[in-house]
Amino acid sequence: MTPPQRQRRDPAPEPPPPQEGEGKVRNPERMYVVAGPDGERAELDLVTLIVARATDPPPSASPEQAAVLRLCAAPLSVAELSAYLHLPYSAMGVLLTELLTAELVQARAPIVRKQRTDRSLLEAVMNGLQRL
Amino acid sequence: MDFKGSDTIPGPRAEDQLPHTAQAAAKIVIVGGFGVGKTTMVGSVSEITPLTTEETMTQAGIGVDDNFGSATKTATTVAMDFGRISITEQLVLYLFGTPGQQRFWFLWNGLFEGALGAVVLIDTRRLEVSFDVMGRLEERGVPFVVAVNSFPDAPRYAIEELRTALDLTPDIPIIECDARRRASSRDVLMTLMRFLHSLAMTGSRP
Repeated sequence: MTPPQRQRRDPAPEPPPPQEGEGKVRNPERMYVVAGPDGERAELDLVTLIVARATDPPPSASPEQAAVLRLCAAPLSVAELSAYLHLPYSAMGVLLTELLTAELVQARAPIVRKQRTDRSLLEAVMNGLQRL
Repeated sequence: MDFKGSDTIPGPRAEDQLPHTAQAAAKIVIVGGFGVGKTTMVGSVSEITPLTTEETMTQAGIGVDDNFGSATKTATTVAMDFGRISITEQLVLYLFGTPGQQRFWFLWNGLFEGALGAVVLIDTRRLEVSFDVMGRLEERGVPFVVAVNSFPDAPRYAIEELRTALDLTPDIPIIECDARRRASSRDVLMTLMRFLHSLAMTGSRP
């Protein structure tokens, strides 16, 4: 029996850099920013780790904010928060931006793939997998 | 567990909590067609019971692709199952199982861009469902390995026959696995890591 045949694709060309005034220039290395005065959303990754700075929520905290602070007594990824709170990823972003702006939580940026991924990182992952 | 008032949302079990020393996380994506065994693979290696996160696509499109956000009025919910492996006291690895037949998941913010690499899980009974996802990974320069989840009644092809059918370059590993078995799934992840390591040595790919 002959399997169906696929055709390989080439990497897409780099998109041209955005022109002046054509939206914001985004730094691909930066995985989150704390929202600015215009209330823009924080850039978070699914695996950004969130840690509460203090576990006692201030009286002004909403129930959702209080729940995040309680869950983040120990570090927890945005994906896990989204799962436990049954909130879509984008809604988590809004909630976490508020908490980051209020300095109630800390975000630990993820390790992302780069042009040359750090070999010592890959070796650490391999060692960790060996122990599974 | 003793929660009061609105604190009724269950969090991670005490044994599922990450240590305070956890400094950063990385992610790997497992992609494949419906029913190919992605969630099985995630579950077999994860230290936590797999969790599910959802995204509504009209929301995800905003700020990622303006045309998408404005052109699409209906919301599509896409769910992803994921698991976790603590690598060291400082480093955590997350595994995301993502449906391969959906073109929308590329709109997930940075999911593929930030991932260290991907595992394309295939079922030889339905090879063609993985074609599109491989093409998309290639276009985005995301390194991947191919794992053949060996179902008992699936046609068996020689690896080189599969390589030709999938039009993969000789450097891309293709391995057989049984996604139900932890050791087998672990070997798939090890294969991906070794592949990424070899790319880091040669710098031959993005």
